[in-house]
Amino acid sequence: MATKIGVPPAPATKGAALSKEEIMRYSRHLIMPEVGMEGQLKIKAAKVLCIGTGGLGAPLGLYLAAAGVGRIGLVDFDVVDSTNLQRQVLFGTQDVGKPKTEAAANRLRDLNPDIQIDAFETQLTSVNALELFKDYDIIVDGTDNFPTRYLVNDASVMTGKLNVYGSIFRFEGQITVFGAPDGPCYRCLYPEPPPPGLVPSCAEGGVLGVLPGIVGTIQAAEALKLIIGKGDPLIGRLLLFDALAMKFRELKLRKNPDCPVCGTHPTQKGLIDYAEFCGVRGEEAPSTVTNIPEITPKELKARLDKGDDIYVLDVREPHEYQICNINGHLIPLGELPQRVHELDSSKEIVAHCKSGKRSAQAVEFLRGAGFKKIQNLKGGILAWSDEVDPSVPKY
Amino acid sequence: MAVKVIIPTPLRAYAGKQESVEVEASTVGQALGALTTKHADLKKHLYSEDGKLRSFVNVYVNDEDIRYLQKDQTAVKPGDTISIVPSIAGGANRARI
Repeated sequence: MATKIGVPPAPATKGAALSKEEIMRYSRHLIMPEVGMEGQLKIKAAKVLCIGTGGLGAPLGLYLAAAGVGRIGLVDFDVVDSTNLQRQVLFGTQDVGKPKTEAAANRLRDLNPDIQIDAFETQLTSVNALELFKDYDIIVDGTDNFPTRYLVNDASVMTGKLNVYGSIFRFEGQITVFGAPDGPCYRCLYPEPPPPGLVPSCAEGGVLGVLPGIVGTIQAAEALKLIIGKGDPLIGRLLLFDALAMKFRELKLRKNPDCPVCGTHPTQKGLIDYAEFCGVRGEEAPSTVTNIPEITPKELKARLDKGDDIYVLDVREPHEYQICNINGHLIPLGELPQRVHELDSSKEIVAHCKSGKRSAQAVEFLRGAGFKKIQNLKGGILAWSDEVDPSVPKY
Repeated sequence: MAVKVIIPTPLRAYAGKQESVEVEASTVGQALGALTTKHADLKKHLYSEDGKLRSFVNVYVNDEDIRYLQKDQTAVKPGDTISIVPSIAGGANRARI
């Protein structure tokens, strides 16, 4: 059907028509039959809430703003850090130290001054989620932890909103759309989260900077398709992406009729304590090891300076040793069981890693193997850099 | 018969860093059993102490979730691919909630 150029349809709501400037700005959308004036007006009327303005949120926010989504909400309580700049391309060096939602809102308003950006510098919680979601049509999950993912899922199902899900790990990504009336939700796919500490975070496992860029952009594409109602959305489809192999695969996702949240007889009717659900208490994930004998960096330095015969055991990976080291003997944690014979249990051993967690596990293992003179360097090489030798780079 | 099992990134460290492993099996249960026999460390990441597949790990034969097929008894034929797909969430050092 030919679009009558110059005669906009009667706006359903105030301001729904496109101005001359908007027609110019979105011309590449308007000249495509798949979008056209009708599609662009839908985009203008759309309200999308982005949970997280980090690695995934960056391309997501940029492309939704560029496309002209009329109202974009941004939820993040974090502050821009220099380690973010390797992949969070919404931010610049000048933004380090600023709240992410503030820096993101500034950038997006510069990209597109015609749209409304709502910045919520807050943590998404069971207390505010339902209220926050109700003003938006589509939720996009760009978060970085399991409790929030379950919260976003449950709140989306309960408010009847589509949830465009994307997640990453190192160089792999997963994307799908949850929350469609006949489609599955996150719980249908994963009824329970992994125990804390089993799946490393980006800070521990690393991430290829472009990966959230690719996955977040796919999320933006899915959101736009859902808005204009064109193409085949990833409802009931899990897209798996491997950046190293440069391969996409697709798996079928089914709605679980017994799902406690979106099934035919849901047993969970409200939001729950997600930290408890995921087995996490408070700020730090609980240490799985207790009563580990510790030594502080200052104490270790003092003893080494005295000439004490201490064997410094570094349980990090070889590529970390190359970044910085304190001349420890390198036996990566994973190799410790096979290489324990290299250690002399009659000697004093201090184990260290980056921040003290892996080395605590090493100490627990060695104590179990009968080592008595073993201590964990509290805070790892990061604390060594802070308290003893600032020339040791932190990473 | 020979089937390929695709190992997801978070578990490759426990499978000798391989991205896929060929095993001889005629059901999914046999294939995973052969896999965890070859790579014992993988077992505790895939299975809980009571021998059940962990709930944050899903297993697919080609593109179908075995929960909707015959679970462990799902038959596999030559050329089939078994995928292990764990939940991933990226990011945080600490869970913030």
